Amino acid sequence: MQTPILEMKSITKEFPGVRALDNVTFSVRQGEIHCLVGENGAGKSTLVKVLSGVHPYGTYSGEIFIEGELQTFNSIRESEKAGIAIIYQELALIPELSVYENIFLGNEITDGMVIDSNESISQAVDILKKVGLDVNPLTKIKNLGVGKQQLVEIAKALKKDVKILILDEPTAALNENDSDNLLNLIRGLKEQGVTCILISHKLREVLEIADTITVLRDGRTVVTLDAHKDVVNEPVLIKHMVGRSIDNVYPKREKIQPGKEVLRLENWSAFSYNLGRDILKNININVHEGEIVAIAGLMGSGRTELAKSVFGNADGYRLSGKVFINGVEEKFRDPGDAIKASMAYVTEDRKANGLILIDDVKHNISLANLNEIVTGGVINENEEILVANRYREQLDIRTPSIQQKVRNLSGGNQQKVSLGKWLFVHPDILILDEPTRGIDVGAKYEIYTIMNSLVQQGMSILMISSELPEILGMSDRIYVMSAGKINGEMLVEDATQENIMQLAVDY
Amino acid sequence: MEDSKQSNNIRNQFKNLVDIVKVNISDYFMFFALVIIMIIFTITTDGVFISSRNISNLINQMGYIAVLAVGMTLIIVIRHIELSVGYLAGFLGAFAAIAMTFWGWPVYAVIPVVMILGMLAGMLTATPVARLGVPAFVSTMAAGLIYRGALLLVTMGTGTIVIRDPVFNAIGNGFIPDLPLEGLLPGRHKLTLLIGLIAIILSIVTSIKNRKTKLSYNFSVPRTSLFILQLVLVSGLIGYVSWILSGYNGISWSLVILLLVVIVFQFITTKTPLGRHIYAVGGNPEAAELSGISVSKITYIVFAAMGLLSSLSGIMYASRLRSATTTAGLGFETDAIAAAFVGGVSAAGGVGTIIGSIIGALVMMSLTSGMNLMGIDISIQYIVRGAVLVLAVVFDRITRKDK
Repeated sequence: MQTPILEMKSITKEFPGVRALDNVTFSVRQGEIHCLVGENGAGKSTLVKVLSGVHPYGTYSGEIFIEGELQTFNSIRESEKAGIAIIYQELALIPELSVYENIFLGNEITDGMVIDSNESISQAVDILKKVGLDVNPLTKIKNLGVGKQQLVEIAKALKKDVKILILDEPTAALNENDSDNLLNLIRGLKEQGVTCILISHKLREVLEIADTITVLRDGRTVVTLDAHKDVVNEPVLIKHMVGRSIDNVYPKREKIQPGKEVLRLENWSAFSYNLGRDILKNININVHEGEIVAIAGLMGSGRTELAKSVFGNADGYRLSGKVFINGVEEKFRDPGDAIKASMAYVTEDRKANGLILIDDVKHNISLANLNEIVTGGVINENEEILVANRYREQLDIRTPSIQQKVRNLSGGNQQKVSLGKWLFVHPDILILDEPTRGIDVGAKYEIYTIMNSLVQQGMSILMISSELPEILGMSDRIYVMSAGKINGEMLVEDATQENIMQLAVDY
Repeated sequence: MEDSKQSNNIRNQFKNLVDIVKVNISDYFMFFALVIIMIIFTITTDGVFISSRNISNLINQMGYIAVLAVGMTLIIVIRHIELSVGYLAGFLGAFAAIAMTFWGWPVYAVIPVVMILGMLAGMLTATPVARLGVPAFVSTMAAGLIYRGALLLVTMGTGTIVIRDPVFNAIGNGFIPDLPLEGLLPGRHKLTLLIGLIAIILSIVTSIKNRKTKLSYNFSVPRTSLFILQLVLVSGLIGYVSWILSGYNGISWSLVILLLVVIVFQFITTKTPLGRHIYAVGGNPEAAELSGISVSKITYIVFAAMGLLSSLSGIMYASRLRSATTTAGLGFETDAIAAAFVGGVSAAGGVGTIIGSIIGALVMMSLTSGMNLMGIDISIQYIVRGAVLVLAVVFDRITRKDK
């Protein structure tokens, strides 16, 4: 048997109080697409960081071999030299620079001391062809969509002499079309001899593309499966990932007759000063008590803008139209007003605008409703601990303590902290923007279960989601948005992925 | 067998202690550094440094920078900077001098008016920052130039303005009165000792009360032995400082002002929703805004507080010199920013404490005082202070990494 291109043997990595990797063994064959799956906190990112030299040699125990040679990386630069390239979920491109400048960033082609733009551009054109991206290399990155930016990032990696390309959740922010393109590109790269390691939560995509699948759980390798020989399907993977089988990805909910109308938008429009155009046009929607209403649509269709404009308009759009909460017209000046009217908004991007990452779990949970734990103008820190512990238990937030900084938690647990923070506001209307983005199957199931129990207690949920199965599995009623308009409304019983998609792409 | 178990147990306890120190090292490091600096200067100056007279002087010299450092901490916590505070302090000091000397205003009117002016000035500087997102660097630098010009303008005719009001001059030079007990403890300032004693009792009582409340919530508390050790250390510290101060003239009015400022700001930042909101805005402004916290309101409040503290600084400085000068306030902002950074504030926002910055100010002022006593040339003093500033920040970076 030929030497594996990459072999990681008995890797153990400890952080203060946590063993993130426990004797992990991971072996990748030349030229394959190897998928790495596991719940959040299973150790996938840590493993990649060990491999790439982010955690330098000596801070972990175990050995890394590339093509049979022992590697002792002390920095990302050294691992790059050895032919490892990583594409992170958060893109590392400079928005104000052009496509070609980004591709050669750090490895500029020079003629003497001066950058040779012509040579760079002509090489960039060739590389862009390789990744199937048809854009002018002089275009600034900020003018490209996320899908295309991702391709530029891959082009940047390919320009270096890459043996192993690691993609961390590359399709998390992409719509279905861009995701398909990306997967096709990965297949193409495989044919050119590039070995790919793909980390993904989207099991369907994993099953579609993988030659080999390694499952991590709690910092240990659970199993490595050959996709062409072993029996591999979603239930099998889920069982390995969570250590139990999940019968149904979407927990069942007793459907109840929706109660009174709690939220209504009439002719709601928004104009963005930054973009200089209308981003929401004449939106009429309503949400009833005990209902989960989904807003489907492609990225850029205005779903998040709709949520933010209603929730106190923090981005400062020029608004027109009316909002009714429990039948009463409201004019919110800021998110604080919306919170007082018993709304809550769990943001799409928990890191960017959902949580204070450098602060601890308890402070994050109490932040939006400090008044409840204030006596005589002073925060009662003991009550705060009780509150935080209550949500920690109720939502099963896995953290060593509520004093733990939120940035040290896994994505799923961060999402639960975010949810806990907004439940502490005791809202009637909960807006969930991509409630399960970038979190694993087990945590997803838990979040769905929480959503179900909330609506059963009479809360109303407005859920924005890019995942069609999630919309079909969880909601009662669906609005489909496209280009800032509501293109259609349907009951979940009448909805299929196809008819939602049809409305979403219909401009 | 039993023996080895016991030694294991002790070893584990020691390991725990080491772990606790490791985790919190960046929080306490500056305090240790301060103690070490003080010990070194005490040795090199044959004890002059730690003498009652010198410590008392040091505190009075530090006062007008330390109050600025308190405000600067909050400014940096919300990711801004304030470059106008020095000139604002200088200008307001001159305003106070003119109001008393030329306009004949009573001191009890001048002080509140100056404080209100300081607050308004802070809010004015904050307006372009909070409303339009103009970088505070630019907005406050511009304001600084304007105050500098204003100071030169109002002192143009007269140059230095001498202040003759004894009440005003006591702020920077005077001490609290003593108890009229002639026979008791000669050579000691009795009221200072009494205040120290009260402070010790208060700190013990509140500590015990807090511990009881925690227990009533069934929360874990430090072991009794550790708790007592903590009480003894804190009481000892308060007692020692009071004892040293009582050996000279006792507590100065500067120290009274500084303590009040520290107590008020420490309370606001650690105990109230406003404080929590300030740190939330610093930690993640977008998340704070979406949590119902108005970022622009917080910006106004923090800059207004900075303006208020600048006015106090100006008053303390003018009072200390018993006059308003054309160069008053020059470089104060640099000293305040340095104290805040030495005290562990982070330019990335959301991190930094009031107590930390006070310790930072004490470190910087101890260096000045100690090196002055040793007769070290001012050129070397600048170099040493610069080196300490950069070392403190570097150490903070290293110890906070990976946490």
